[in-house]
Amino acid sequence: MNREFSHEGRKTLDAPGPVMINNGVVTINAANMHYRDLNLLLKTHSNLAKRINIYNVYGQRYIGTGLRNNVEIHVYGTPGNDLAAFMDGPTIYVHGNAQDGVGNTMNSGKVVVYGCAGDVVGYAMRGGRIFIRDDAGYRVGIHMKEYGEQKPVIVIGGTAQDFLGEYMAGGILVVLGLTLSHGETHKAKFVGTGMHGGIIYIRGQVTHVGKEAKITELEENDVALLKPIIEEFCSYFNFNIDEVLAGEFKKIVPLSTRPYGKLYT
Amino acid sequence: MKSYIEPEFIVKRDYEKCVKCKVCINECTYGVHYYDDKNDIIRSRDENCVNCHRCVVFCPTKAITIEKNPTQYTENSHWTREVITSIKRQAETGGAILTGMGCDKPYYTYWDKILLNASQVTNPSIDPLREPIELRTYLGAKPDKLELELENGEVLLKTKLAPQLCAEVPILFAAVSYGAVNFNVHLALARAAAELGTFMNCGEGGLDKRLYRYGDHIIVQVASGRFGVNPEYLNVGAAIEIKIGQGAKPGIGGHLPGEKVTQEIAQIRMIPVGTDALSPAPHHDIYSIEDLRQLIYALKEATDYTKPVAVKIAAVHNSAAIASGIARAGADIIVLDGVRGATGAAPKVIRDNVGIPIELALASVDQRLRDEGIRNRVSIIVSGGIRSSADVVKAIALGADAVYIGTAALVAIGCTLCQKCYTGKCPWGITTTDPQISKRLDPDVAAKRLINLVRAWSIEIKEMLGAMGINAIESLRGNREQLRGVGLTDTELKILGIKMAGE
Ligand code: SF4
Ligand code: SF4
Repeated sequence: MNREFSHEGRKTLDAPGPVMINNGVVTINAANMHYRDLNLLLKTHSNLAKRINIYNVYGQRYIGTGLRNNVEIHVYGTPGNDLAAFMDGPTIYVHGNAQDGVGNTMNSGKVVVYGCAGDVVGYAMRGGRIFIRDDAGYRVGIHMKEYGEQKPVIVIGGTAQDFLGEYMAGGILVVLGLTLSHGETHKAKFVGTGMHGGIIYIRGQVTHVGKEAKITELEENDVALLKPIIEEFCSYFNFNIDEVLAGEFKKIVPLSTRPYGKLYT
Repeated sequence: MKSYIEPEFIVKRDYEKCVKCKVCINECTYGVHYYDDKNDIIRSRDENCVNCHRCVVFCPTKAITIEKNPTQYTENSHWTREVITSIKRQAETGGAILTGMGCDKPYYTYWDKILLNASQVTNPSIDPLREPIELRTYLGAKPDKLELELENGEVLLKTKLAPQLCAEVPILFAAVSYGAVNFNVHLALARAAAELGTFMNCGEGGLDKRLYRYGDHIIVQVASGRFGVNPEYLNVGAAIEIKIGQGAKPGIGGHLPGEKVTQEIAQIRMIPVGTDALSPAPHHDIYSIEDLRQLIYALKEATDYTKPVAVKIAAVHNSAAIASGIARAGADIIVLDGVRGATGAAPKVIRDNVGIPIELALASVDQRLRDEGIRNRVSIIVSGGIRSSADVVKAIALGADAVYIGTAALVAIGCTLCQKCYTGKCPWGITTTDPQISKRLDPDVAAKRLINLVRAWSIEIKEMLGAMGINAIESLRGNREQLRGVGLTDTELKILGIKMAGE
């Protein structure tokens, strides 16, 4: 549906200094800034600011890593690896592409990427939500967990690569295939390998599922679970919810909660 | 299928002593003892016995002895009973054999071939009863040089020091995860560590919130499964340890059998109840030293650079090169775990055949870091079969900053090394999460036993240091001149970097 990258990420800022504060909105010019300085600024300002805009982001790692509050952060440019790692609360909008390790072991909060993401999105994610508008790389959602109310959600608007949901122990992983052309199948192999909890929903055809998982049809409660998640996804990226829901969905679940129980004596 | 496996142990009961109190029946978690009411007698099912000695210790009249089954296969030094039994078991189940604790094979224990020096005449020894001997140890990166500043006649330290762990003794409690052991064990370790001024490592299964108050004495671990890892957990600990590998099972991941995953464990690990907790072999975001650096700094970012970050690896053939990479990746502490390192569950073939002795790994890592001029950038903690204060002293003289004790700590609180931890039925209430069996481990008593052990070792370490004429453990570190080898080849002496006794 939309393979074009947003150009908004290219927006630059000609700020006199690195930080400007205006009405609870903090604006940071990250050009030539080391990630350590950038993150120190984020930590210093995020407890009071309503919103933080970071311009000229050129691969700085760890943006939002370990932040524990409810600030809203807008990243313009390309954030580096481990965006929102161990994050607990904030909402990050990336106006551009993200790299590897988005939401690594994230605890709560939200990441919305107006573009693509790299490998291992949401590794061992424990809570919160990640929405990637376009495609993502390998091992998305590996080792996602859940307990009780704490249930992480990842939605990939496009497609993802091999080992999607590997070792998944909980949470909901949705891949919508919106970047695939008509009739094109998802290329991901070994989907759900070692999976022992959680659910993967895939819109479109997936051909290669790990031996610890199985493909099944959606039931009524699946639709109820899925609809609000897709609604939220569409609300960020202006997709038509009816068109998205009209696609054919499959569900991938673990065959057993003890996939390797029989290997040992 | 009829099993061809014969009982490994025979339970003998002295019926003259037995008063039929049934204590043994209640104490045994494997259902060995039972009451035969028709004949009014206590009997045993030998085939269930794992030789844990719980009944032996608790029988009020000391009526029980356990013996190795005297019925042996025809003597054969190649096809031992263990080999034959393993083959039969695998033929019957088709599974890889699981075991617990560390490698029990008679590979060299180099500690026993290394002897310590003592002062005679020329360099007088120090009497630890009269003179203070310092055991305090700082763990963390040390600067390349110190810059001092003179201000108003006062000397001030200008260099900004990296965060350090300050341990009153160079002995820390090794990682045992919540799930592998129960809450009472963690509580006992945490209390003992706090009382002793040292640290316990909580392992890879998260930390119960009730233990947060001991956080200043807890090293929190981050392993590939990332169980229980959240920002609160990272910040509550005194240091963070990234677990890449462990000596009991180098190169393979963690495996907490589903039997031990109770509601409590499932909640903290965030996995379904009764499922196997799987920590994959690699961290799936670490495929290189650069990736390791990325995680080290992610953790430093998440904790504002206030805590040392350790990286734990199993001692393997190229440990020295890896350790150099770890130091350069920004770790503050390297943990080396040798082939004797223990575990709650590992495939036996891995436990007994993979990895190298900690003594050789330590000597080569320390030497390599010295040769490269980066030894000060990291502290080294070694673990894997440290059994006594003598092992501690020898390890430090070989180049370690401190040691972790795991097996020795568990032995102190009851473990008899039966190696059946993976069943989740540890009769000593240690490696079990069954609420009933866990009650056997009284955290107060266990903490006391741990404190006693470390205090006793501290006295002995001071005695040994005093005998060498050394009054601070710092002066022993890497002081290989204090060590001599016996019964070792030239190559072994060369790797250990020590001289032959008599030289
Ligand atoms: S504990 Fe000792 S005395 Fe009591 S029933 Fe067992 S063997 Fe007999
Ligand atoms: S911890 Fe328990 S089960 Fe494991 S070896 Fe020790 S006594 Fe046996």
